[in-house]
Amino acid sequence: MFKKFTVYILISLVSIVGISFPIVKSPEKWYEFPNIPGLEENAKIIFFHVPLSWLAVLAFLMSTYFSIRYLRKKDFTDDLKSYTSAQLGLIFCILATVTGSVWAKLAWGSFWNWDPRETSIFAILLIYGAYFALRSSLDNEEKRATLAAVYSCIAFITVPFFVFIMPRIMTGLHPGSADDSTSGPVVSFKMNMNMRVVFFVSLGAFTLLYSWLWSLGYRALLLKEKFLKSQEGLEQ
Amino acid sequence: MIRSMWALFKKDLQSEIRTRYAINSLGMFIIVTVSVILFSLGSEKLAQNLTGGLFWVVVFFTAMSGLSRAFVSEEERGTVMTLHLIARPTVILGGKLFFNLGLIFLMNSVTFLLFSGFFETFVFKSPDIFLLVFIFGNIGIAVAATIIAAIIAKASGKATLYPVLSFPILLPLMLIVIDLTKTSLEGTTYTDAGIELSFLACYDIVMLVISYLLFDFIWKD
Amino acid sequence: MATNQYHLEIENLTKTFSRRIVFKNINYKYEKNGIYGISGFNGAGKSTLVKTIANIITPTRGVVAHINDNSLIPNDELHNYIGFLSPYIVFYEEFTAMENIFHFAKIRNVELDIDYVRSLFMQLGIEDRKNDQLKTYSSGMKQRFKLVFALAHHPKLVILDEPTSNLDEKGKESFYQIIREVSKNSIILIASNESTDLALCSSILHLEEYKK
Repeated sequence: MFKKFTVYILISLVSIVGISFPIVKSPEKWYEFPNIPGLEENAKIIFFHVPLSWLAVLAFLMSTYFSIRYLRKKDFTDDLKSYTSAQLGLIFCILATVTGSVWAKLAWGSFWNWDPRETSIFAILLIYGAYFALRSSLDNEEKRATLAAVYSCIAFITVPFFVFIMPRIMTGLHPGSADDSTSGPVVSFKMNMNMRVVFFVSLGAFTLLYSWLWSLGYRALLLKEKFLKSQEGLEQ
Repeated sequence: MIRSMWALFKKDLQSEIRTRYAINSLGMFIIVTVSVILFSLGSEKLAQNLTGGLFWVVVFFTAMSGLSRAFVSEEERGTVMTLHLIARPTVILGGKLFFNLGLIFLMNSVTFLLFSGFFETFVFKSPDIFLLVFIFGNIGIAVAATIIAAIIAKASGKATLYPVLSFPILLPLMLIVIDLTKTSLEGTTYTDAGIELSFLACYDIVMLVISYLLFDFIWKD
Repeated sequence: MATNQYHLEIENLTKTFSRRIVFKNINYKYEKNGIYGISGFNGAGKSTLVKTIANIITPTRGVVAHINDNSLIPNDELHNYIGFLSPYIVFYEEFTAMENIFHFAKIRNVELDIDYVRSLFMQLGIEDRKNDQLKTYSSGMKQRFKLVFALAHHPKLVILDEPTSNLDEKGKESFYQIIREVSKNSIILIASNESTDLALCSSILHLEEYKK
């Protein structure tokens, strides 16, 4: 209950502040954001797009972590945890792709450019898609849990390749990528204090949102399992 | 252990020689695909930077249509339990991997010859680098395709799922080999291509290790 | 009793399929060579139990300990200690019986005792068909060949799941004769409901007792 309330307050706060505070050339008042060259007004998407992408990756990580734990201990609840995380991950991944792509239209002139970051998130989307396709094709619960866990482990080891190889093969357009001419990470150098505070509050709020949704989804799945079990007990 | 793997490979090979299923269907698949490309080109010439990409597209789909058989055929015939009874999981993985390696090198050499014959622009300025790309690329595809085939076989051989599951896994490999093929068509040096080549070798090794680690979970019910 | 020879201990063995209990807390020891039976009605889990003992299925809880020379045989080496006959086994039909046996010995990486295999073929009456492809075999002949497959590598533990299905009287007789012969040097488990099969056994495990 407390978590739900905190998430509500924080996300509303971030939305209002992030959207309404003006961006000016040289910020003087406390509510003014600085102008980042190359981003201008579009910079405000950072409060939403970056946390969403971060959650897409975090959910993927958590899903793999629970998959490995399932393979080690064969505890059925670990599979449910992994599955819940992957479900959320897919939603966040789609949202991150859409927000990024809208921003790309304004900043780079087209919705999709095969920038390294875009390719990576595309790959993560494909992995999620394949993971769910595999799960839905298997009826036996034990088999489904094991094979899905194995697949997410295999998929996970391709991640470092995307991180290290993409920038070498493709030129990056994304702010903060290696050959961004106005170089340097966006977060640490080009934001002023109040922007950074809003950004990190947003990051925290979204992470909290994830953990709330995750425990909700997990408990729902667990209840469903218990219900099925009790029904089978009645039949016998 | 290698001897057992080799024995399993020989069993599959003899079975293949007797039925000629994979060779025939994959051979036809390659011919059909290349002729579709030729028809769609008409009298136009294919630009050089496209041939490299097209080559790997054909390779990918050939692999996706043929390499799942190694495990799916055992599952379909019901011989999985027999294999359980005569060998440890690592031997099964090794034997099937040998077979898929043989198949993919044979098929891709045929594709390469067809491409060289039909497309004038498919000529390499740095053939030595392309040879390395060809070898590492084929090994990587064979390893990843073999472990995914084992998963597919347990999902009662759902053939459409195979490329769906394989593509995200093979994506980094495909991006590197397509890029390297393009540069070796145009001419490149070992110093320029070195990092990509070592990434390719890394991918092969990492895939091999993870397959070895995870295969037991897939194989045992 | 401490023996150096191969023996089998089953401790607290439990298997459940998702929510259904197949069997629960089986404790049993097979220490001396001989013939032992496993009985249970259809669907009681006989096949599941023998597959679990043969390390094809992992148990939900409990251990199957295969012990040789006072030490546990590791899972990876187990397959050469076990001979297994089951209705679910399928062989490579495009090969002849002998080719199948040759390939299996190579994959097992064991020396093939060709004289023994030949004598098995002889006793089972399929000697003249051993170089025919398996797809030409009748179901009774396939059943006979399965026994050759189970015994060819001199296993210490022979598991026979419904050994005499599809067999005529003459076939059953030769099966029993071979089984008695083999039981002098190995432990034989027979999972069956046939009274003639179970008559061979010195003790019988009733699966009905392990449901609750």
